[in-house]
Amino acid sequence: MSRVKTLQSLFKRYRRPGDIVFAWLILIFSIFMLSQIGDQTAYKNGGKLFAQPRFWPAVSLGLMTVFSAFHLLGSALSERIEGRWREVLSWLAAFEYAGWFIAYAYLVPYGGYLPTTVLFAVALSLRAGYRSARMLIAAVLSSIVIVVLFKAVLKVNLPSGLIYETLPNGLRQFMLTYF
Amino acid sequence: MENLYAGLEMLARWDVVLALFVGSIGGVIIGAIPGVGPAVAIAILLPATFSLDPIVGLTMLLGIYGSSMYGGAIPAILINTPGTAVNALTSYDGYPMTQNGEGHRALSLAYSASFWGGIFGIGCLILLSPVLALIAPMFGSREIFLAALLGIILVVLAHRGQIFAAGLLAMFGIFLQTVGLDAVTYTQRYTFGYSFLSSGINLIVVVLGLFALSQAFFLLTAPDNVPDAKPVQGKMTSGIKELMKHKRVATVASAFGVVLGMIPGTGEFTAQFMSYTYAQKTSKNPELFGKGSPEGLIASEAANNAVPAAAMIPLLALGIPGEALTAMMLSVFYVHNVIPGPQLFQNHIDLVYGLYFALILLNVIVMIFLLFSTNLLTKIIRVPTRFLGVMILILSFVGVYSLRNSLTDCMISAAFGVLGLILKRLNLPIVPIILGMVLGGIIEVKLRSAMPRLKTPFDMIDRPISFILFTIIILVLALHLRTLVKEYRAHQGPEDHDLHDSQTR
Repeated sequence: MSRVKTLQSLFKRYRRPGDIVFAWLILIFSIFMLSQIGDQTAYKNGGKLFAQPRFWPAVSLGLMTVFSAFHLLGSALSERIEGRWREVLSWLAAFEYAGWFIAYAYLVPYGGYLPTTVLFAVALSLRAGYRSARMLIAAVLSSIVIVVLFKAVLKVNLPSGLIYETLPNGLRQFMLTYF
Repeated sequence: MENLYAGLEMLARWDVVLALFVGSIGGVIIGAIPGVGPAVAIAILLPATFSLDPIVGLTMLLGIYGSSMYGGAIPAILINTPGTAVNALTSYDGYPMTQNGEGHRALSLAYSASFWGGIFGIGCLILLSPVLALIAPMFGSREIFLAALLGIILVVLAHRGQIFAAGLLAMFGIFLQTVGLDAVTYTQRYTFGYSFLSSGINLIVVVLGLFALSQAFFLLTAPDNVPDAKPVQGKMTSGIKELMKHKRVATVASAFGVVLGMIPGTGEFTAQFMSYTYAQKTSKNPELFGKGSPEGLIASEAANNAVPAAAMIPLLALGIPGEALTAMMLSVFYVHNVIPGPQLFQNHIDLVYGLYFALILLNVIVMIFLLFSTNLLTKIIRVPTRFLGVMILILSFVGVYSLRNSLTDCMISAAFGVLGLILKRLNLPIVPIILGMVLGGIIEVKLRSAMPRLKTPFDMIDRPISFILFTIIILVLALHLRTLVKEYRAHQGPEDHDLHDSQTR
């Protein structure tokens, strides 16, 4: 028994602030998805239940709703920890960086992989609060290494930038292929 | 025997050897930097390996997987910050040893225990493979269905104290996998009329979002921090001698690692806790545990390093990944049309042996590398965390965008990145989503292909293996209920514990 106890106590986790917000969001999401099951999946007449295209979405969403409901219940019954909305604000802060990422992905086909990456690394380093020349040089160098490694050496499938079209003939071909 | 040679021959190529070195030494460094773990690294490198030969790509990923835990022990011991998630328990005894001025002893002991665990795991894998080659063909659709189902049940139950969260996330994973055009009936599922959803939600896009982007967001939104580890002095080989005094603990811990590594859904944490508990119960100095016990350190490091080799068993023999990293590696197999499973042992046994040898070599390379370069590593890990976040963001772009040059993929990945960040901050597990996606796909396909042969539900379990698997499922559920009842009767108060505060690395 005592061994079982030790194991259990080692595995337990406590709830962080903001848990209940997540619990509500995920429950609403699963109920919404479950409510769409008639529109979004098909049921073939005469087919076996387990082979229905609706079967697995129904099982997974059904159980997800049940689990979410229990998770919410557990959250609601647990002692409230202060700092719920501060925590939610920190989630929202992540959207800024998600935006940076998408903007970067949007610009690469126009600006070319090498120039966009170097600019992005420097801009984001500045945003992250680095001001020293050492860190900014490190950002430039690391981004060049990444570009050379993936595009020139590993030949990973990345688009060549439109901006390279404006370069003089010999250089253009070189940049299009390697950077 | 000739298969063994064929396996060795596979490794005797300059690109494989290079991949092995890059993977193992890169893995140690990645493991040693708090903030990037093997999951981030493998997720980012995954699309890049698709253009390589299967053996080259797999050796590199396997190298990262097997060596990151060696590196992760360094910051766990020296600065009380585990380098990878599975080194959390190492810091329990390793850091107190550093505080007592025994940092060097703790490090060399951790390396030796890791090596012991790693080699023990591979030894078991090699010894078991003839048995596997016999048993694997007995796995038909229904057996694989049941094994995958068991994996999902176990991954949920393994998250003690968070079963509901793990359950809902695993179900979310299964749901994600159903989105798109159903391959058999050609009907749309949850596409809401969007064409980009018809082809389904790509596993790699989700993996990169949940593991890599979320980590970048996590590091960028948190205050900047520079890990500062002090160099240690002394010969690193001294740990081997000390390990020999604790052979029993090391071997039992490795055995726990092997057994739990083989079972889908359990993995390093369970193995570590069981071996740690075992070591404490049988120790002459149980009071030292948590205060700098060498045995505790050995139990933790030997157990986690035995897991990677063992985790390859269900992956190679059945095509069922037991945890996130092997789930990612599964996609490398699929891209090259090498389908892991019973046929792999019949048709590509040389590849299997090649991977075994790669695992042995990688442990040797890492051990030698660490004996000489520990102090160099303590300097390398001083990367400021926000800078690391910037780099992870740039590298994740390569991973997501190189798949099919799609901006939509980047947006989906960013959305999963935010979800991953929320889960990390709430200390909720991410792995169930990935396993739900992979195992959910297997479950759906295998149940469908088993259907025509089933007249009654009992036909599902009328073969020996399927019956055993079914019994295990029932047993696992029953045992879980029993513990719940016991817990309820004991009126045990809630014990707050932050040990699993490890999703963030």
